[in-house]
Amino acid sequence: MPRTDVMKQKGLTLVDAINEALEQEMHRDSRVVLLGEDVGANGGVFRVTEGLQKIFGKDRVIDTPLAESGIMGTAIGLAMAGMRPIPEIQFDGFLGPAYDQLTNHAARYRTRTRGAITIPLTVRVPVGGGIHAPELHSDSPEAIYAHTPGLKVVMPCTPVDAKGLLTSAIRDPDPVVFFEPKRVYRSFREEVPEEEYTIPIGHAKVVSEGTDLTVITWGASVFECLAAIDKLPEDVSVELIDLRTIYPIDLDTIVQSVQKTGRCVIVHEAPKTSGFGAEISSLIQEHCFLNLKAPVQRVAGFDTVMPYYKLELDYLPDSKRIAESVTQTLAY
Amino acid sequence: MPKKSVYKAEIEYLQVMDEQGVIDAAQSRNTLSDEEILELFKFMQQCRQLDEIAFKLQRSGRMGTYPQNKGQEAAAIGTAYAAKKGQDFLVPCYRENAALFMHGLPMHYVLLHWMGDERGNQIPEGVQQLPLCIPIGTQMLHATGIAWAFKMRKEPKVALTYFGDGATSEGDFHEAMNFASVFQVPCVFICQNNQWAISVPRETQMRSKTVAQKALAYEMPTYQVDGNDLLGVYKIAKECIDRARGGGGPSFIEAVTYRLADHTTADDARRYRDQKEVDAWLGRDPLIRLRKYLETKDLWDETKQKAAEERNKAIVAEVVKTAEGIEKPSFDDIFDFTFAALNPELEKQKRTARTSSLGQDPTQVGLASGEPVHQ
Ligand SMILES: Cc1ncc(C[n+]2csc(CCOP(=O)(O)OP(=O)(O)O)c2C)c(N)n1
Ligand SMILES: [Mg+2]
Repeated sequence: MPRTDVMKQKGLTLVDAINEALEQEMHRDSRVVLLGEDVGANGGVFRVTEGLQKIFGKDRVIDTPLAESGIMGTAIGLAMAGMRPIPEIQFDGFLGPAYDQLTNHAARYRTRTRGAITIPLTVRVPVGGGIHAPELHSDSPEAIYAHTPGLKVVMPCTPVDAKGLLTSAIRDPDPVVFFEPKRVYRSFREEVPEEEYTIPIGHAKVVSEGTDLTVITWGASVFECLAAIDKLPEDVSVELIDLRTIYPIDLDTIVQSVQKTGRCVIVHEAPKTSGFGAEISSLIQEHCFLNLKAPVQRVAGFDTVMPYYKLELDYLPDSKRIAESVTQTLAY
Repeated sequence: MPKKSVYKAEIEYLQVMDEQGVIDAAQSRNTLSDEEILELFKFMQQCRQLDEIAFKLQRSGRMGTYPQNKGQEAAAIGTAYAAKKGQDFLVPCYRENAALFMHGLPMHYVLLHWMGDERGNQIPEGVQQLPLCIPIGTQMLHATGIAWAFKMRKEPKVALTYFGDGATSEGDFHEAMNFASVFQVPCVFICQNNQWAISVPRETQMRSKTVAQKALAYEMPTYQVDGNDLLGVYKIAKECIDRARGGGGPSFIEAVTYRLADHTTADDARRYRDQKEVDAWLGRDPLIRLRKYLETKDLWDETKQKAAEERNKAIVAEVVKTAEGIEKPSFDDIFDFTFAALNPELEKQKRTARTSSLGQDPTQVGLASGEPVHQ
């Protein structure tokens, strides 16, 4: 689809960028098919697949029956048989019925067949809270899938990163869970290269350089962290890292930064206990022990069920909580 | 050896009152009296008023996403009226508010739910139902388990579970049907086939000509009924519920109805469905035919209609006031219902409103008081 005037003048939203990556990959590779609930005629409930059925037809942009296990399981079959399926799960909470297929099958086939059968699929899932959605529409389950050997887990939060990482995910020979922070879907625009490009999976991004403390985060929390950094005194120099890929983790970027700063705060929406912050904290302890000037801190969701929306902003780590944690870590 | 037929089946479609409000005399025997029809009609109007106001609350930013029930009330009311309030158990999805209200759920609970307040799910003592269920097609297994418990304890109770046409594509639906059938539990499966699952029409959702035929695979008595016909729905539901109560096992009802509104307030159905189709169904609205019927019986007229509208407006305004008058849930609410008792870590997170260990334990950062920094 040609870019609209708004896109030309103001850039692309996250939704636009994902849509463009899907379109370009579908043009490039006829094996790529999209399948999911409402992805066709309706263009997805977030309009991420808007217009694609018109271009590629109902055989490549497929409205499936309402069955997540069915979507994931048949996508596995399609992938095995040489297609490049991109199943969409409508919301984070509905990964539940697909869990068995994704973790016990997609993730394991390469291993259990010693590479004879591989599953090149990209699962797209809107993720995270903050949009006043109903129950099970606001969860952040990335740690569950990062903990599943055989899956790659990606969560970009900017249009440029989303386009490049999605393109990499689609071309990747293994299953990739591609989480899209829905709170950021339309929250801002930025200039995105029109031609296709890739950003390699497994590379974090240093959003801003600093020397006093490292903040590590991903997804919509990147913007809360930026707001938190704004709240700090000007002479405080924070290095902000957007992980972008959860697994495989970019250890080098993290270690280099924390060896420099000696202090680290990790921020994520998911519950603290067994959240991915725990893994990062542990890695820092293993690799930067002698550089640490303060205990590594986690600012995360509470160890509770994600509350209904009247309380969701009390649940999600906000700039105030993050800034306070940064201040305390600096003062340690 | 000659081939022989090993299975034959047929599914009947029932309609007792047609779109014009005309009743089939033979079919209507032992259904509802005129007095009952009048009462249920009034109740249906009240539920419709709530539904319209809920829509407006969302549009004016006073409530979150809301799925309108408009046009599907006969399926909810006909089945719920056939069940025993306070005894039988309702397991809903989210498009049968009227059934829940009929069995004792205060109306403002549904508003609270969609206002993002979990207290809308805290079903009052004695009300036999589960809260609304957002994940599609999952609740029928719970209904089967509940019915199974009734059977184990030899209680004369029945579970009724509601779900949409789309939900019958989920694996859990089929597992629920199979369990209910294998263990012959007193459960009535009620599919509100409103022709759409968000943007996916029934014909794309399944190749089956009817939803009802899915129950044949589980050897369940199964029926298709005009879901906008209160009497027809009631008649079949009564038969199914009586049979279940008497130990005759589960049944399946496909109530053929139509989603007159968008899927939810977050949806725009004009993107995927033809307005002509909607218009055709507008005339089959359950309220229209009931009113026609009652008018021919001289039980309803324009004056009564006006009075009812005023009354319903007042009732629903009061419901909205109640829902909006309830203050925001407290921060502690996030924690207090996670377990029967909070463990030390949760206790600490709640007390400090922190997950970062320094924030939880200020003595570590040299804040002598040890008091949490957060107020
Ligand atoms: C497990 C699960 N998958 C997807 C969704 C998103 N979703 C919400 S309603 C809906 C369609 C439901 O259609 P149907 O069962 O026919 O019920 P209706 O809304 O028409 O009453 C979908 C796909 C969900 N809530 N739960
Ligand atoms: Mg439906």
